[in-house]
Amino acid sequence: MRKFLITLCVLGSATARYATAQPDVRIEPPANVEGPRVLEEQTATAVVRDYLQSWHSMSAALQQNDADLLDMDFAGTARDKLAETVQEQARLGLSAHYLDRAHDIQIVFISPDGLSIELTDRVEYDVQIFDHDKPVTSQHMRTRYTVVLTPAEARWKVRVFQGQI
Amino acid sequence: MKVGLTFALGSLFLAAPHLTRAQGEGLQIPKSIAAGDGFSIQSAGNGKATLYIVGPNQVLERAIERGGTAFFAPGALQNAGHYLVVLKADDSAAKGEFDVVAANKPSELSFFARPSRLPIGLHDGITGAVYIFDAYKNLITAPAPVSFELSTPSGAKQTHVVVTRNGAAFTEMDSTAQQGSDKFVARVGDIASTRVVGQVPGDPCGIKMTAQPSGQQIRLETAPLRDCSGNAVPDGTIVTFTETYGETQTTVDVPLKRGIAQVDMPAHNGATLSAASGVVLGNQIHWEKQ
Repeated sequence: MRKFLITLCVLGSATARYATAQPDVRIEPPANVEGPRVLEEQTATAVVRDYLQSWHSMSAALQQNDADLLDMDFAGTARDKLAETVQEQARLGLSAHYLDRAHDIQIVFISPDGLSIELTDRVEYDVQIFDHDKPVTSQHMRTRYTVVLTPAEARWKVRVFQGQI
Repeated sequence: MKVGLTFALGSLFLAAPHLTRAQGEGLQIPKSIAAGDGFSIQSAGNGKATLYIVGPNQVLERAIERGGTAFFAPGALQNAGHYLVVLKADDSAAKGEFDVVAANKPSELSFFARPSRLPIGLHDGITGAVYIFDAYKNLITAPAPVSFELSTPSGAKQTHVVVTRNGAAFTEMDSTAQQGSDKFVARVGDIASTRVVGQVPGDPCGIKMTAQPSGQQIRLETAPLRDCSGNAVPDGTIVTFTETYGETQTTVDVPLKRGIAQVDMPAHNGATLSAASGVVLGNQIHWEKQ
């Protein structure tokens, strides 16, 4: 457990070093993970890394209205819903820029076969809305996301991505 | 008059604070709605404005007249999430936030059962996990009881009821003592999902081998192999026959056919003959010329 926490701390501090625009990342110890499997530290590190990357993909897709940018990090229903948003934004002439500022992540469930992992994330982010490239508003938001990830070829992909206060 | 009407309507919304809240400049929006439900947003002021409802999972835009109520029909917002509401006019912008939560009625289960085939008699050998979704493919995160049921062809059942946390639940079941195809069902309300789990015999409980002359050779033959629950070990299972004679050892792998394994080996007087399958050793025979 101690080793696991150290690994995640390293991940967090490394993330913070890359650029000041990187979000603060706090990872709760997985003390109450549901499921019969032991959470391997390498798995947890990979899941968190890929989940954080998915925010960048989502932001880019919704800013540029390009659903292809979702493909690397999203699959299934999560990808479908985000892609529909991209299409609808493009139709309306809207775009949105999401910038995640802070994450407080906890892995809460590992399926017995190890092929799906669920986490919750109390995330703070800024969103800017543009209508035909004119700024409409910007807002700082706090939301608790429930996220389910499954392994794909070389990374974990987000399959459920659902926010709620 | 308009101020008075606005105040009166505002009071109406404030009377039910769990349903609505005032946010921004004169915006009355729901605190949360269920996915697919109709809802309304009331604004103050007058003149034309654009109402935006924006989230990663869905976006809506509508031109409205301020000072009225914008009604959104059932199905307008289907995707659970946290949404930003913006009422933008030339001279002002009002903002608010609200949640769309998954509808409580389950419509779909994602049911993962493993393995699809396993030996009988394994404790916690079968696992199942479910995620529960509503009709709009939103994960239902409110706790809900899930019934997991494993039934054998003879009708014997194991049932576990597990309450979901964060939309997920899992269970572990023992494989039974009887070979065959079991039904593994996960059920929430009137929604069910079924998987078939094949239970195959385990390793042989023992191997009993006989030997008899066959021309110039010895014919070795096992009795029908069964596991410790009495199920026939499936054809194709390998039985290894070994003959040790002096410094020489001869080994032959033979698949079971109709439940038995049979092989002819050289007849050496004084040879030791044995049979094994997996970790199970059978009897030894010391061959003397007859």
